[in-house]
Amino acid sequence: MALGDVKISVQNLFKIYGYNPRAVQDKVYDGIDKSAFMQETGHVLALNNINVDMREGQITVVMGLSGSGKSTLIRHLNRLIEPTSGQIFLDGTDVLAMDEETLRNLRRRSMSMVFQKFALLPHRTVLANTILAPEARGENTKQSEDEARKWLARVGLEGMEDSYPSQLSGGMQQRVGLARALTSNADVMLMDEAFSALDPLIRTSMQDLLLELQRDLHKTIIFITHDLDEALKLADHLVVLKDGYIVQQGDPQEILLRPAARYIEEFIQDINRARVLKVKSIMSPTKTKRGCSDVVQGDDTLEAVINAHKGRIDGTFAVSDPNDATKIIGKVRMEDIYRALVRPQMQHDYEN
Amino acid sequence: MAYDWIFTALGMTDACKTDSGPLLSLSSLRNEAPSPWDLPFPSLDTLNEACAAFPKTRDFTAALEDGFLYIRPALRTVLDPLTQPLSWALDGALTLFVEMPWWILVPLLILVAKLLSNSYKVAGIVAASFLFLLFVDYYEFAIQTLSIIFVCTVLCVAFGVPLGIAMSRSDRFQNAMIPILDMLQTLPTFVYLIPLIFLFNITEPKLYGLAIILYAIVPVVRLTNLGIRLVDRDVMEAVTAFGLTDRQKLYRVQIPLALPNIMAGVNQTIMMSLAMVVIASLVSAPGLGTLVLDGINNLRLGVGFLAGFGIVLIAIMLDRVSKAALARIDKSKKS
Ligand SMILES: Nc1ncnc2c1ncn2[C@@H]1O[C@H](COP(=O)(O)OP(=O)(O)OP(=O)(O)O)[C@@H](O)[C@H]1O
Ligand SMILES: [Mg+2]
Repeated sequence: MALGDVKISVQNLFKIYGYNPRAVQDKVYDGIDKSAFMQETGHVLALNNINVDMREGQITVVMGLSGSGKSTLIRHLNRLIEPTSGQIFLDGTDVLAMDEETLRNLRRRSMSMVFQKFALLPHRTVLANTILAPEARGENTKQSEDEARKWLARVGLEGMEDSYPSQLSGGMQQRVGLARALTSNADVMLMDEAFSALDPLIRTSMQDLLLELQRDLHKTIIFITHDLDEALKLADHLVVLKDGYIVQQGDPQEILLRPAARYIEEFIQDINRARVLKVKSIMSPTKTKRGCSDVVQGDDTLEAVINAHKGRIDGTFAVSDPNDATKIIGKVRMEDIYRALVRPQMQHDYEN
Repeated sequence: MAYDWIFTALGMTDACKTDSGPLLSLSSLRNEAPSPWDLPFPSLDTLNEACAAFPKTRDFTAALEDGFLYIRPALRTVLDPLTQPLSWALDGALTLFVEMPWWILVPLLILVAKLLSNSYKVAGIVAASFLFLLFVDYYEFAIQTLSIIFVCTVLCVAFGVPLGIAMSRSDRFQNAMIPILDMLQTLPTFVYLIPLIFLFNITEPKLYGLAIILYAIVPVVRLTNLGIRLVDRDVMEAVTAFGLTDRQKLYRVQIPLALPNIMAGVNQTIMMSLAMVVIASLVSAPGLGTLVLDGINNLRLGVGFLAGFGIVLIAIMLDRVSKAALARIDKSKKS
């Protein structure tokens, strides 16, 4: 499998919670919303026709408010929750068709998970917590401990191996959670609001740590969050969930520039566009730097460019490829940059 | 005869006549009109006065007894071999501990107390208690009591912990077990003895062994079930997500995390065994209880008091040692 190929594919996934989900399933029709469904059937429509492709080596972020079904969705991927209907494929294999043994192997080898409340084993040391996945596989303890030490050092917990979780701060506990997931050596990492319980500064440093790890490891990461800033910072692919259905999904910059629904427009009202939008998202493509006073990097934020040019409001810049500074991929005028900072007019009506 | 008229009205006078039926009653003899104040409840005995075909309460209990005696051989053929190892274990432990010279056993017990509690104070309490019991010549009785408690507690744990685990895994099994456990715990201790006396010979150790185990097993079952159910759901979800099997989850996560609760159950089980072993002296359980019984039966107040004090000493020793062991487990969980 190459980077960018579809790693996990979720198709037509429905999840209904309640007394008899199968009996009320055909009451789900196009466009029905969660509260109407609740009123009609007394069941919770937690996931409503979810279709997402999660690509190898990318961070797919699922964002939504409380109760939108994020946890339900991510728990379907390793079948901690069984769907009411739909399909899930991992590397083209039908996950829902797996028997118990195969499923256990998938959980031991192919998918690891990081939890909002850390979920460490309180009676075990940090080291013993970290080797959970190789231990479940029945691997040699000495070897897996070496592996675990390596990852603990990598997340900044060197020398903490023999502490107990309760002796660590929240941020450090989640580093253990991260090291535990990394020690499993699985390609896919599921992270359910992994940083939500941490305070803002620690949260930022954990996000940076994750991005730094990801640059080397190219895992397929499914990251759940209710925080738009976090979503925009981490996402290669952003899925916005509301009341169990997908409102919009795609490149996060694209969603910012072209929101497809009123809900998204309202959501992105308050974010700092200068810090989030990247130059390459608003440039016009070209291959030469003719007529340009300077070169900026495609991944620079608008804020970085404005800052670098000391707030001057004129000028045209060539935009270089983020991976190859000598290659020009487009150009952008300072004027465009300032215009992009303005929030777009609300163009969509409420859905109902 | 207050209720004669019913049977007369029903035209059953003939059916009621039996040869042995009462011919005259006191009130009819005196020829008094019965006053409403004396109206008896239509109980078995009263109805029998009116209609001799009715059984008396005495006949009723006799029938129960006969019924029980009737199924006794069948029950015995099943239960006897099943429970025989209990008799052996009790006899074996009693012989072993009583035969062992005091100057080996007492230091050994003090050492065990020290190891379990990791506290010199607790070991000191145990040493002082034994010295006192030795001094007043109640040592052998105390050792008998302790042997019985030891065997019964081991068996309670051996059966109670798996039962508790099974209860924690199935809500249906839990719902079926809770009424049984409630009954075992609320039945007055004397009542336990009744069916057991019918089933087994009063000289068999398993008679009191079963009574003690049935009574004392309840807390360890309950607290094992509770402890496992109280294990953090998030932790259980995490170990599931990392692909642990049910067995791995049980031995590596659920039991270690439930251990403080299980040990609290064991502590209660020990204390309840002690309570029952005293009562079980009524059915030939040896130990300090026999001295208490002697004190009651023969009005030997001094013997009763001293034996009672010995029981208190044993209770304190068992409680302190098991609580200190529990506290150590709790602490290692938190650190
Ligand atoms: N076991 C369950 N039984 C019934 N309803 C449930 C169950 N689990 C979740 N739900 C419902 O399904 C919906 C989605 O829940 P879910 O936990 O997936 O939301 P979430 O997006 O993760 O929210 P949060 O941010 O609060 O974690 C909610 O309306 C919730 O009440
Ligand atoms: Mg959630």
